[in-house]
Amino acid sequence: MTDQIGQVAHFSIDEPLQLDGGEILAPYDIAYETYGEMNRDRSNVVLICHALTGDQFAAGTHPVSGKPGWWSRMIGPGKPIDTNRFFVICPNVIGSCLGSTGPASIDPGTGKPYGTAFPVITIKDMVNAQARLLDRLGIGDLFSVIGGSMGGMLVLQWASLYPERVFSAAPIATAARHSSQNIAFHEVGRQAIMADPEWCGGDYLSQDRRPGKGLAVARMAAHITYLSEEALQRKFGRNLQDRERITFGFDADFQVESYLRHQGMVFVDRFDANSYLYVTRAMDYFDLAGDAGGQLHKAFCGTHVRFCIVSFTSDWLFPTEESRQIVHALNACAANVSFVEIETDKGHDAFLLDEPEFFSAIAGFLSSAARERGLTAKETDQ
Amino acid sequence: MIETMAKIRESDHQRLDHLLIADMVEPGSKVLDVGCNDGTLLEMLSTQRQVKGRGIELSQKKVNICVARGLSVIQGDADRDLVDYPADAYDYVILSQTIQATHNPRTVLREMLRVGRHAVVSFPNFGHWRVRGSLFFNGRMPVNESLPYTWYDTPNIHFCTIRDFVDLCDEMKVSVERALAMKNNGEPIKMSHKRLANLLGEQAVFLLKR
Repeated sequence: MTDQIGQVAHFSIDEPLQLDGGEILAPYDIAYETYGEMNRDRSNVVLICHALTGDQFAAGTHPVSGKPGWWSRMIGPGKPIDTNRFFVICPNVIGSCLGSTGPASIDPGTGKPYGTAFPVITIKDMVNAQARLLDRLGIGDLFSVIGGSMGGMLVLQWASLYPERVFSAAPIATAARHSSQNIAFHEVGRQAIMADPEWCGGDYLSQDRRPGKGLAVARMAAHITYLSEEALQRKFGRNLQDRERITFGFDADFQVESYLRHQGMVFVDRFDANSYLYVTRAMDYFDLAGDAGGQLHKAFCGTHVRFCIVSFTSDWLFPTEESRQIVHALNACAANVSFVEIETDKGHDAFLLDEPEFFSAIAGFLSSAARERGLTAKETDQ
Repeated sequence: MIETMAKIRESDHQRLDHLLIADMVEPGSKVLDVGCNDGTLLEMLSTQRQVKGRGIELSQKKVNICVARGLSVIQGDADRDLVDYPADAYDYVILSQTIQATHNPRTVLREMLRVGRHAVVSFPNFGHWRVRGSLFFNGRMPVNESLPYTWYDTPNIHFCTIRDFVDLCDEMKVSVERALAMKNNGEPIKMSHKRLANLLGEQAVFLLKR
């Protein structure tokens, strides 16, 4: 199992994690992967935060799928997040299902999978768990925390909760609070899962059933939000799938239907339905301003963290305006902030794709932060 | 100043007002460059004057260039976005060759001097003899190297002369700590001869204080 989930840190019953919702999680595991070498004074650590259904295999080759890691364009030797220079660590968030403890894990109290007995977790809980992992590994300060989408929420939470441990932060294609529209989309996904009779009130694992259809529909709906109208039009238009004319039925006549069905199908094989409920819920509950008395800038008062905020023009899930609000809040505390909006028609997914201007912004931001931090490229040369 | 002049002659590619601005900024200070363009001035200030620099730039393309250069720059607007910043956040707020493109120069200036302890403003002088000549002899709005736009596509909507600017500072009770006019070859003209400076200075740089 270990080779499929990378490295795992176990936290025993004596090291409980106090959760936002009042409950306690113990014991728990955090699966993580690392790239590059830590330098002598441990000052070159970059924490990568993955998105909703992401995992710890950000770079290199995924041990299960054999495909490149989800951010292998960004992370690696000579890449913007240069593993010749930085020590990169990417943990799987708690609540997920790819090695870290979540609703599919065994509840030590019952000997059965938690299911919906798993406590509801928040972005702050995920960050607190990551902080425990870093403590365990003897990592004090992070040179940088970087992530997109939900990962960007974790980045903002890190900078707000542990500013003394964060030197620089790059929240990408994200927001300081989940919008009403985004909560609505998540609710559609959750209802699709829960409406599947195979969900069994969340107890499907014990009953050896899987709400695959519901989870696939949830993924299909979500997938639409990751793309832009232009990208869909460019990729599929109204093209028909392996046929000359429409069939006057409900087969996947259109390529776009076939594509979405495929996306739904492959997702079911790699993701747990209950995890999808929990992690989407964590995103819905995220509201950094709400936690700071309604004023976002109070979440960053007196911060010394260097920020690089990135948004993408055709991202309607986390539109530029959301990033701009973060920038306004950071300006209000005279923080060190850069903000780039990347012109692209690829929608929210653009942060995972080949966007040269985005890469040079991150590379420039990290190089200048490294200079400020006194990190020379030479020091960590292998 | 002699040293500055030598640098000017060495590096024609650098905008002349940049060197004069750099001269007015204390080393190691905290600087906000409003309308920072591609970051040339910010980069120069951080390498030569060790300032902690931030920038605001209207054009997103130029912002992205700045960030790729490792500068802390955001997309924004002098007219709209200075209000977000807290008072006294910076030692200097710089507005280089931008005031003539703002909608409300007076408000921008007041905001600059709220956010920063000092303001540095450089602008093309509309009182320069060539501008006057263009109007007087040709009866046309001037189009030349330093004022390259035609009247209908210019971003410059609030031109002023050196004397106009001094009047505005007086009216706003803003004190002028230093002022320089500059011929197009970079040669400075003392502001003590106001009329002469206004006639011969193609560019002007002012260091202001609340």
